[in-house]
Amino acid sequence: MAMNYNAKDEVDGGPPCAPGGTAKTRRPDNTAFKQQRLPAWQPILTAGTVLPIFFIIGLIFIPIGIGIFVTSNNIREIEGNVFMYYGLSNFYQNHRRYVKSRDDSQLNGDSSALLNPSKECEPYRRNEDKPIAPCGAIANSMFNDTLELFLIGNDSYPIPIALKKKGIAWWTDKNVKFRNPPGGDNLEERFKGTTKPVNWLKPVYMLDSDPDNNGFINEDFIVWMRTAALPTFRKLYRLIERKSDLHPTLPAGRYSLNVTYNYPVHYFDGRKRMILSTISWMGKNPFLGIAYIAVGSISFLLGVVLLVINHKYRNSSNTADITI
Amino acid sequence: MPHRDRQPGWRDQPEAAAGGPRLLGAGHETKALLNNSGPRYKRSKLERQMNCDVLWCVLLLVCMSLFSAVGHGLWIWRYQEKKSLFYVPKSDGSSLSPVTAAVYSFLTMIIVLQVLIPISLYVSIEIVKACQVYFINQDMQLYDEETDSQLQCRALNITEDLGQIQYIFSDKTGTLTENKMVFRRCTVSGVEYSHDANAQRLARYQEADSEEEEVVPRGGSVSQRGSIGSHQSVRVVHRTQSTKSHRRTGSRAEAKRASMLSKHTAFSSPMEKDITPDPKLLEKVSECDKSLAVARHQEHLLAHLSPELSDVFDFFIALTICNTVVVTSPDQPRTKVRVRFELKSPVKTIEDFLRRFTPSCLTSGCSSIGSLAANKSSHKLGSSFPSTPSSDGMLLRLEERLGQPTSAIASNGYSSQADNWASELAQEQESERELRYEAESPDEAALVYAARAYNCVLVERLHDQVSVELPHLGRLTFELLHTLGFDSVRKRMSVVIRHPLTDEINVYTKGADSVVMDLLQPCSSVDARGRHQKKIRSKTQNYLNVYAAEGLRTLCIAKRVLSKEEYACWLQSHLEAESSLENSEELLFQSAIRLETNLHLLGATGIEDRLQDGVPETISKLRQAGLQIWVLTGDKQETAVNIAYACKLLDHDEEVITLNATSQEACAALLDQCLRYVQSRGLQRAPEKTKGKVSMRFSSLCPPSTSTASGRRPSLVIDGRSLAYALEKNLEDKFLFLAKQCRSVLCCRSTPLQKSMVVKLVRSKLKAMTLAIGDGANDVSMIQVADVGVGISGQEGMQAVMASDFAVPKFRYLERLLILHGHWCYSRLANMVLYFFYKNTMFVGLLFWFQFFCGFSASAMIDQWYLIFFNLLFSSLPPLVTGVLDRDVPANVLLTNPQVYKSGQNMEEYRPRTFWFNMADAAFQSLVCFSIPYLAYYDSSVDLFTWGTPIVTIALLTFLLHLGIETKTWTWLNWITCGFSVLLFFTVALIYNASCATCYPPSNPYWTMQALLGDPVFYLTCLMTPVAALLPRLFFRSLQGSVFPTQLQLARQLTRKSPRRCSAPKETFAQGRLPKDSGTEHSSGRTVKTSVPLSQPSWHTQQPVCSLEASREPSTVDMSMPLREHTLLEGLSAPAPMSSAPGEAVLRSPGGCPEESKVRAASTGRVTPLSSLFSLPTFSLLNWISSWSLVSRLGSVLQFSRTERLADGQAGRGLPVQPHSGRSGLQGPDHRLLIGASSRRSQ
Repeated sequence: MAMNYNAKDEVDGGPPCAPGGTAKTRRPDNTAFKQQRLPAWQPILTAGTVLPIFFIIGLIFIPIGIGIFVTSNNIREIEGNVFMYYGLSNFYQNHRRYVKSRDDSQLNGDSSALLNPSKECEPYRRNEDKPIAPCGAIANSMFNDTLELFLIGNDSYPIPIALKKKGIAWWTDKNVKFRNPPGGDNLEERFKGTTKPVNWLKPVYMLDSDPDNNGFINEDFIVWMRTAALPTFRKLYRLIERKSDLHPTLPAGRYSLNVTYNYPVHYFDGRKRMILSTISWMGKNPFLGIAYIAVGSISFLLGVVLLVINHKYRNSSNTADITI
Repeated sequence: MPHRDRQPGWRDQPEAAAGGPRLLGAGHETKALLNNSGPRYKRSKLERQMNCDVLWCVLLLVCMSLFSAVGHGLWIWRYQEKKSLFYVPKSDGSSLSPVTAAVYSFLTMIIVLQVLIPISLYVSIEIVKACQVYFINQDMQLYDEETDSQLQCRALNITEDLGQIQYIFSDKTGTLTENKMVFRRCTVSGVEYSHDANAQRLARYQEADSEEEEVVPRGGSVSQRGSIGSHQSVRVVHRTQSTKSHRRTGSRAEAKRASMLSKHTAFSSPMEKDITPDPKLLEKVSECDKSLAVARHQEHLLAHLSPELSDVFDFFIALTICNTVVVTSPDQPRTKVRVRFELKSPVKTIEDFLRRFTPSCLTSGCSSIGSLAANKSSHKLGSSFPSTPSSDGMLLRLEERLGQPTSAIASNGYSSQADNWASELAQEQESERELRYEAESPDEAALVYAARAYNCVLVERLHDQVSVELPHLGRLTFELLHTLGFDSVRKRMSVVIRHPLTDEINVYTKGADSVVMDLLQPCSSVDARGRHQKKIRSKTQNYLNVYAAEGLRTLCIAKRVLSKEEYACWLQSHLEAESSLENSEELLFQSAIRLETNLHLLGATGIEDRLQDGVPETISKLRQAGLQIWVLTGDKQETAVNIAYACKLLDHDEEVITLNATSQEACAALLDQCLRYVQSRGLQRAPEKTKGKVSMRFSSLCPPSTSTASGRRPSLVIDGRSLAYALEKNLEDKFLFLAKQCRSVLCCRSTPLQKSMVVKLVRSKLKAMTLAIGDGANDVSMIQVADVGVGISGQEGMQAVMASDFAVPKFRYLERLLILHGHWCYSRLANMVLYFFYKNTMFVGLLFWFQFFCGFSASAMIDQWYLIFFNLLFSSLPPLVTGVLDRDVPANVLLTNPQVYKSGQNMEEYRPRTFWFNMADAAFQSLVCFSIPYLAYYDSSVDLFTWGTPIVTIALLTFLLHLGIETKTWTWLNWITCGFSVLLFFTVALIYNASCATCYPPSNPYWTMQALLGDPVFYLTCLMTPVAALLPRLFFRSLQGSVFPTQLQLARQLTRKSPRRCSAPKETFAQGRLPKDSGTEHSSGRTVKTSVPLSQPSWHTQQPVCSLEASREPSTVDMSMPLREHTLLEGLSAPAPMSSAPGEAVLRSPGGCPEESKVRAASTGRVTPLSSLFSLPTFSLLNWISSWSLVSRLGSVLQFSRTERLADGQAGRGLPVQPHSGRSGLQGPDHRLLIGASSRRSQ
């Protein structure tokens, strides 16, 4: 394709190839490609040519940054859906051996994998000669505290806030990646022949009473199994749904958090947190906004520097032009 | 070129058949093979440097892995005790000890980070080189119309070396010259015949040539070429055809092409054959001819002629017969010709013999000969013969002479042969014009053709007779008594003939003027005749000087008339010598010397060894490009020097040091003397003084043309024997030092082995990049030894081409090959190599930073398949396209400003400094590309791959944008490949992430990309991170572009300016470009006096004005600069700012210089007075910064240490210091010449 490209031929070569066609010389073809005369944009990086780029970057980034910054700071009045997170720090879910310690086939409901989990799960593969379901270190270390939120009303009688368990995992995880093993109606029967992970208090088929949220498709479990990228992370725990347009989801007032403490973190100097947030995609992380503003400002500043330089040295290049 | 000059081959030597057995080198004994040192695997300099940097990368990898391993050990030690939930014990439940874990981690890290070793780089380089080779092959302007050949790249792996050449070693004949001799002028009897018409004719050829190239219809020539091609196997036939064809069509290009095919035997180019005679001389010749024809049968025939006419006549006879030219007729196949030689008429021979000796023997005082002849004639052999051994030998020989033909008669039958011969003769006369001459050396052919133009036609040469045809006199048959062949010591050849008109025995000698002029008959200044002779001689000598100045090869023609007695005496001793078993060569030599005395000067000829088209221009361009050109030739010194003058390698107003030594001691003494001389001129410090290590440091790095402070540099001419001595171990350093000081070096009479030794010496001692170019088998070893070997194709067989890395049709293509393609190849590859290092380091950096957040567990946030495919698919194509197509400086700028080439010589684009700068930038960028997503996703619910995939995306975008900053020309291919890469990445990611929910254990990135595409943070980070990562580089580049541009950037900026400014800049290019102009133009500039002490051994000695001389006499060096000097151009033409405006930059009082420079040297390493910086146009300041920016100092330190190592090897050998100019390169030609010119003025 490249060979036939015939851009506007600059006339600096010899005569073009004979149209007769019979001529079979070794004379190379006079095409722009073969003669390396392809038309090209030749940017020359000097202060003068580059400084608009810096200004443009600055002018674009600073408003974006301000926008993001304002948005992330505005998460104050709790209206609309509220996301409830639990946070852990100093927890290395991204450790190489930890990340590998799972069996996706088993989690996908593969019956052979259920009874014969992958070797990756070692040493959490079998317990007392029974295969562990779900196997592996990730499942074994699942977060199992229970968090309850109460609104302490005026009558100091705590009203429990309805926390929605479902809808916190990725749709694809819930419906594609994670499946309970096939078999009879009873979930316990389907998991027959397996044992619970070592650290778990109860087997996988007893995670929840709702059959649509039990076993491998328990969303708390699914969320946990999506291993966090960094040692300090949060995971979606519950949804607080907005009931009506008239009332705020979480009206102003005193709330109490009831934590059923099962999960030890002080061994590894970890910390637990509970976070409430209205938007899922950013959290209250002002970094992006600040970063945009910073990069934009730096760029603008460099643009100014270049402007000065260009102004200063344009004179010299002008004189150069004259003496040419 | 011994084989060319002296080995005409069997067929040209009919005597060879009778000469008894000969030892021939064949097969592995041939000279070509003996000189062949076997194939050498060539690896380009850039690749060697790259390999070194790859080792650095390996070291870096190990360091990173080690760091990681230690980190992991500590992590394990910290957390395993604490029963952390995320700690995974071994499969048996036991926990790893921290040390074992660290070891495992080390090994894992090596595997994870192995991308740092750019394996893909090697593959990419191969691809890019293949494409470069393709483009070089396809270059239309490297295509030679005449030979229908283009440049061939025979080596695929050293294209970038073409951009770094420092020394060119060139063969002469056939490389610089066309190996076609053309008769230009002659002097006869002290009268010069300038042959103006001939000169005009040659000029017309030149013009016609260029015109025809455009006019020749290409279609029409095809059948011609086809027919020639098909006959190529049958040599004789195709030659005939070729001559005919060009005569018919009249197309010179066609004729040239045809002649090229048959060049090595026939010199059939019309340019050489059709000589336009000088009318005056032609008149004289025909006058001679007529008067001789009239007086043919009178006694003392020549006495009728005036001495001048007699000389003219003899001159042309000498031109015609004093040679070994073989006459063939194109109508007759060669075999027939040869038969004719073998079956020469026996009767004739006998008769000749009898006639030759009978009359003389009667009057001879030399009894032995006389009696011999008498006895011979009466067939009474040996009866009255003195029985000395020598005469016995002679006798045997004579017998042989008689006996052989007799047997020929017996076997073949005489009558039929005679008939044959007669018919041939008729044919020959008929087609006299078709006669073809084949000579061992082209000079001879040229002379014979010249004589033919004056109607003095050589029609036949047999073993013992030569026939010359003149229009009125008809055919004259000279009996050829002896031929004393050419040898390099005598530098002449002679024939002894019996003149048919006068019956005298004449010796015609043709030889180098330097020799022949000394052998002339002493002429007394008493009588008028003697005085006249003297006058003639001095006139001739004057003309000879003129010829030499014009670059013509000069030959003197002389004559000696022998009396019968003299001849008989000489013959006896000569026959003795011939028959002597031992030492016969020496005896023959002596014998020849005895004969060639008391000569009578007839005249001199000037032959032009026609330079190839464009050779002087090419040489001057290459010189401007900072290339040092040495000519190594097997030819005579005189010839070589002539050609060197003709092709502007030597200048008439420059000094030439000639080294001709006859012994080792003499050579050593001469070298010392030359060195002292050079030293006394203040050119450079002598090696004796610079044995210390400190001063040796930069000697290996500096390019050859380093600054010589004052005066023009001399040129060195050395002959083969002296060269042999000079190449001895104890002298080679001195020789090299001397040679390095010289502007050009000419080695004459050198053997193929010497050629290769010289190249090897320069390569190993100076660590310079060398290129050898040649066309013949004798250049093979030199071509093989050099870093780049270039063969000239189509002239002398294929041996040089076979050994070469590149084969060009003509010398002049070297300019485009080096300056354009070499530069491009180097710059492309250098940039690509740097980019690959950057790319891999940056990518690995991302993984490395992550280790800090995953417990140094060698975990990767990037999916394994991305890790594999990233280099292979997503980020491979754009750099390849840039590596193949990028043109950092446009072609026309490169060709008009060859100085840009120096950037390659100085390795400006890819050197340790740039490498580490690049690596640092890569580290920075990876840090940015890691930390922005890290901070953006800090404390979020993001999972490993949902976080890693944006990082990959960011990395890809950063790579492409980085490439965008480094790409100088954006063609549609660049755009497409960049777009394609991004598209491919997203396509592959989307497909891959949707393909399987449970595959790819242990990690499954299912639906990651799809989820990311719905996440605003993904877009926000992907938009910002690359910009943030590249801001510094972009800023630096733009700052560099306007504040301290490199030469290359300046050259690039020139292209931007030139279209806007119409043609004005072009003129200035020419000004800045031609060094000669600068010498003359600068007369009205302001004068600056400078002096700098010599005592500082380090880099500021590169300051060109800091010469020895200058320090001795504080106010000597006058440097003049015109006030109106374009700084931009200046900066370009001379690499460093200091040299860019030396007149201004060094403006200071004579006394103030030393202290000032010392201070500055300490602080910056450069000598620049601050005051001048401010008063100057800012450009020099900018340039100054550019060459010594902060980074550069690091680089220079690195270089320093490296060169020190190199210098250690040379310490004490007397190699002189060369001021370091690796970067600054103060030796821009303009500059040097400028200084040279002004200092001459001051002397």
